[in-house]
Amino acid sequence: MIYAILRRFGQMLFVLVGISVMVFAIFFATPGSDPAARIAGRNASPEVLEAVRKSFGFDQPFYMQYLLMMKRIFITGDLTSFVNRGWKVVPAVIDTLPVTLSLVVGAAILWVVFAIIIGVVAAATRGRWPDKLLMVLGLIGISMPVFWLGSVANLITQSRFKDTWMFSWVPPLGYVNFTESPKGWFLALVIPWITLAILYIGLYGRVLRANLIEAMQEDYVRTARAKGLSETRILLKHALRTSLISFVTLFGLDFGALVGGSALLTEVVFNLHGIGKLTYDALLSLDLPIIMTTVLYASFFVVIANALVDVAYIFLDPRVRES
Amino acid sequence: MLALFCFLLILVACLMAPLYAKWAGTNPFTSTLDATIQVNGQDVPVMEQSTEGLGLGYNPIGPTWQPGNYFLGADNQGRDVMARLLYGGLNSFIIAGAATVLTLVLATILGLVSGFFGGVTDSVISRFLDILWAFPIYLLAISLSIVLIAHGIEFGPFKLESGSLELPIFIIGLVYVPYVARPVRGQVMSLRKSEFVMASIGLGASSGRILLREILPNISTTLIVFAPIMLALNILTESALSYLSIGVQPPDASWGTIIEDGQGLLYSRPWVSLAPGFAIVLTVLTLNVFGDGLRDALDPRSKIKLGGS
Repeated sequence: MIYAILRRFGQMLFVLVGISVMVFAIFFATPGSDPAARIAGRNASPEVLEAVRKSFGFDQPFYMQYLLMMKRIFITGDLTSFVNRGWKVVPAVIDTLPVTLSLVVGAAILWVVFAIIIGVVAAATRGRWPDKLLMVLGLIGISMPVFWLGSVANLITQSRFKDTWMFSWVPPLGYVNFTESPKGWFLALVIPWITLAILYIGLYGRVLRANLIEAMQEDYVRTARAKGLSETRILLKHALRTSLISFVTLFGLDFGALVGGSALLTEVVFNLHGIGKLTYDALLSLDLPIIMTTVLYASFFVVIANALVDVAYIFLDPRVRES
Repeated sequence: MLALFCFLLILVACLMAPLYAKWAGTNPFTSTLDATIQVNGQDVPVMEQSTEGLGLGYNPIGPTWQPGNYFLGADNQGRDVMARLLYGGLNSFIIAGAATVLTLVLATILGLVSGFFGGVTDSVISRFLDILWAFPIYLLAISLSIVLIAHGIEFGPFKLESGSLELPIFIIGLVYVPYVARPVRGQVMSLRKSEFVMASIGLGASSGRILLREILPNISTTLIVFAPIMLALNILTESALSYLSIGVQPPDASWGTIIEDGQGLLYSRPWVSLAPGFAIVLTVLTLNVFGDGLRDALDPRSKIKLGGS
C-alpha cells in the first residue's frame, strides 16, 4: 500500500513539474515574439522593456529563466504585477481564496443534495413521467452557458423583479466578507450559488441515475430482493451506496477544478473578486505575471486534489491497492 | 430524430444569414447611428436620444417583432441584432465544427499511435496527455489565447493570424484532445490483443495497414459518438471564450460576443443578450439529445461517458 501511495505521489510530482514547464513555455517560448514585450504589455517604453528583460533574466538560458521564475513564485514570492508595479502577485492570489472557496463550497453543497434527490427520484420512477421530466430538465441545465444564466439571474433579481417581494432581499452585486456580516455574506452568495450549481445538478443527477439503474441489476440487489427487503430500502441502502463511488470521484475532480479557477465565469458575471475574477482582470490588462501565477496555482490545486482522491481510494478499496 | 431536425433547422437558418441581411437591407457589421425605420407607419430612429440623466446617451431601439425590421432590436451601435445573431451563429458553428474535427483527428492519431505501439512512445504521449488533462480547460484556453491573440503564431508553413477565426479553432481544438485521446487509446490497446489483429500480424501486414484497415474501422463508433458531444461542448467553450473577449474578435460576431455586447444594455435592452443565449441553449440541447440517442443506438453498454464542465 505504501508503494502504491508513493507511486501516486511520484506521478503527481511529475505532472506538477510538467505543468509548470508547459505554462512557462506557453508564456515565454512561443515562437514569433519577444516575451519581454508581452510581459511589459502593449506600447511599453524601451526603458520598461529593458527593465523587464533584466528582472526576468531573458539574457540567460531557458532553464535558468524557468528556475528563476519558479523561485520568484514559490520560494521568495516576490513576483510583481507589471501593470501595477509593486503589487505582489502571490499575496494577491491568496487574498482571493476566501471568495472563491465561499462560492464553490456553497454551490457544491447545493449540487450534491439536489443531484442525489434528482438521481434517486429519477431512478425510482424509471421510464415514467417524473424520470423523463427530470432528465429533460437536467439536460437543459447542462446545455446552458453559465455566464448567460448568471446574466439572466441578474436581469431578474437586479432589474425586472428587484422591487417585488420575491427578490427585494437580493443585495447589489459583489462579495461581502463573512467576518463583516455573516447575513450579508449569505444573501450576496445565494444567487451565484444557485447559478453555479445548476449545471452540476443536471450533470450529477444524470450520472447518478445511470449508475443507480446499473446497480439495480447487480447480484447483491437480487439477493436483497430475495431477502424480502422493500424496493425503497434496496435503492437507498444498497444501490445508492455503490453508485456514490463514481459520484465522489467526479466530485473530487470538479471541486478541484472549480476552486482552481473554473468558477471564473460565475465570478465575472456576479462581480465576486475571487481567483477567477483576478485572472479575468489581468486578462483585460494583459498582466502576464498574474495570469501565469493563477494558472499555475489552479492546475496545481487540481493535480493535488486528484492525487488525494486517488490516495483515499487506495485506503478504501483493496482492489486499487494491488494493481 | 426530432432533435437532429431542430439542430439542422438552426444550422440552415444561420447559413442563410447573408440572405437575411440582404432581405432586411441591413449591414450587421457597420454601426448605423442615425438611421430611421418604419414601425407601424411611424418613423422611429434606431438610436433614440436617452431621456434619463443628462440626455447625452443613446438608447438602441428594442425588439419590433417584425421580421426583417430590427426583429430583435438594435445593439449599442445600432446594428440589427437578428442579422448579427444569424451571422454570429454561423461563426459559432464554423469554430465549433472545425475544432471538433481538429480534436477528433489529433486524438485519433495520438490514441492510435500510443495504444498500438506501446512502450516508450506510449509513455511519452500518455504523460503529455496527463499534463494537458490536469489543466482546467478555460485556464489553458485563456493562457493560449492571451499569448496568441496579440501576435498570432507562425509555425513553419502554418500561420495563424491574430484576430482570425482559426485562432479560437486551434485553441478549442487543442484543449479537448485528452478527452477523446484517452478512451481511444484504451480501445486501441484492447483491440491490439484481439484475434483478428493477431491474424493480420501473422499474415505479415505492415503496422500502417493494420492501423488503417483493422483498428481504425473498429474505433470509428467511438469517434462518431463523440462528435455531437464535442460539438456541443465546443459551442459552449467558444461562447465562453468570446464572452471573455478572447475568442472571436470584432467586427466579427459569434453568439458569445453578442452576449458580451449586450452586457451593457442588459437592464434596458435585455434581448441583445437573451437571444444568443437562447440560441446556444437550444443548439446545445438538441446536440446533447441527439448525442444521447446516438450513443444508445451505437454503444449500448455506454463505454463513453459525457465529460463535465
